Amino acid sequence: MEVVLPGVLADLAGGSKHLRVESGGATVADLLDALAAEHPLLARRIRDETGKVRRFVNVYVDGEDVRYSEGVATPVKDGAVVQVLPSVAGG
Amino acid sequence: MTDLLAIGTRKGLWLARSEDDRRSWTLDGPHLLAQEVAAVAIDTRRPEPRVLAGTQYGHWGPTVMWSDDLGGAWNETDHGAITFPEDTGAALARVWQLRPDSAERPDVVWAGCEPHSLWRSTDGGCSFELVRGLYDHPHRPTWEPGGGGGAVHTVLPDPASDRVTVAMSTGGVYVSDDGGDKWEPRNRGITVVFGPDPLPEYGQCVHKVAVDAAGPDRMYAQNHFGVFRTDDAGVSWTSIAEGLPVDFGFPIVASPHTPDTAWVIPLVADMQRVPKDGRLRVHRTRDAGETWTELGNGLPDGNWSAVMRDAFCSDGHGTTGLYFGTRDGCVYASADEGDSFTLVADHLPDVLTVRAASLP
Repeated sequence: MEVVLPGVLADLAGGSKHLRVESGGATVADLLDALAAEHPLLARRIRDETGKVRRFVNVYVDGEDVRYSEGVATPVKDGAVVQVLPSVAGG
Repeated sequence: MTDLLAIGTRKGLWLARSEDDRRSWTLDGPHLLAQEVAAVAIDTRRPEPRVLAGTQYGHWGPTVMWSDDLGGAWNETDHGAITFPEDTGAALARVWQLRPDSAERPDVVWAGCEPHSLWRSTDGGCSFELVRGLYDHPHRPTWEPGGGGGAVHTVLPDPASDRVTVAMSTGGVYVSDDGGDKWEPRNRGITVVFGPDPLPEYGQCVHKVAVDAAGPDRMYAQNHFGVFRTDDAGVSWTSIAEGLPVDFGFPIVASPHTPDTAWVIPLVADMQRVPKDGRLRVHRTRDAGETWTELGNGLPDGNWSAVMRDAFCSDGHGTTGLYFGTRDGCVYASADEGDSFTLVADHLPDVLTVRAASLP
């Protein structure tokens, strides 16, 4: 599976905006767990310690916002593209 | 000697330095640009001073970061310096207070956080452990969030004993005499205006507490209306607001050296958080609150800003220096205990916290 990061998070993944992640699981949560094992600081930017995706972070599976699906329980199939983007917020 | 002033704002951290005994300042920053820095500490107990910052990315969450080279490089713990244990179901929302302990406990740093929680680090602030004695206190479900969120915003470890005092909005003052295991509320005499009982045992919205130089039993509290003093470690509090033009406000600072000396920066009211008549003024007591003197030399009229609870501090000089920042991004310094102030910086983002230290 491929994880696509915004540029602002790429430094936490060795500078790459595109990561290949083998999750061994079937959901967004599994994928993010696998990501956390490799890049813990990156994972903390995306989810809080309860496992919830942060309020102003959006996660898309093949272009679909997981908030409108099953959240972190949203299925992720082999070959899926999971994109992380900051939502409309700022200051 | 260098005097260092750390200025945490809504959009980053600035460091001001003075090489001439606080007569002039140079500003260095922004550091941590675009991150809210609501808590900052300068830990001078280490061979190299450590600047600790409680940060909040707009999108990416809160944590504690530190620099051992005065802002050249910033570090953070991979898995988060402060993370709630799984059984709590809670998540860190903001770091409100970072407080290095005494020189005798050189690696201990305390953190007060939102949601209401107290944390203790034994590695200089790189990682913290939840103080379960306070978190599991049966009163905690009743501690309602104030307008800024529900947090432990004041942590006062007694350098000579295991006593720790905290203050919370809301919740009030709680004291532990065993280092954090057992806690009791100590708010008798502190009033509330937002509940039917004006003198509850706990639940007050105490904005800030400071310890008098005379010893740990005498403390001052700036309350959500009212300024109070205790002479018995919080067992009872009495009003010392008479003589102030208004008794609302957020910060209170006590002299580190001179007993009975403290400073407040009053605001009109909770629903009118501005200086009275737009006159930004500090008020000082030299007699533990019996009388107050207005100090305004160098401070502006026509100011409709406010000073947050941690945006006022003192330094350790024999003649105490005072520093405060406003929500309109101005920072003022006094090298003479408030008799006169000079502008250190302006046009910064909202100032949330300031801390000063002298470096060799």
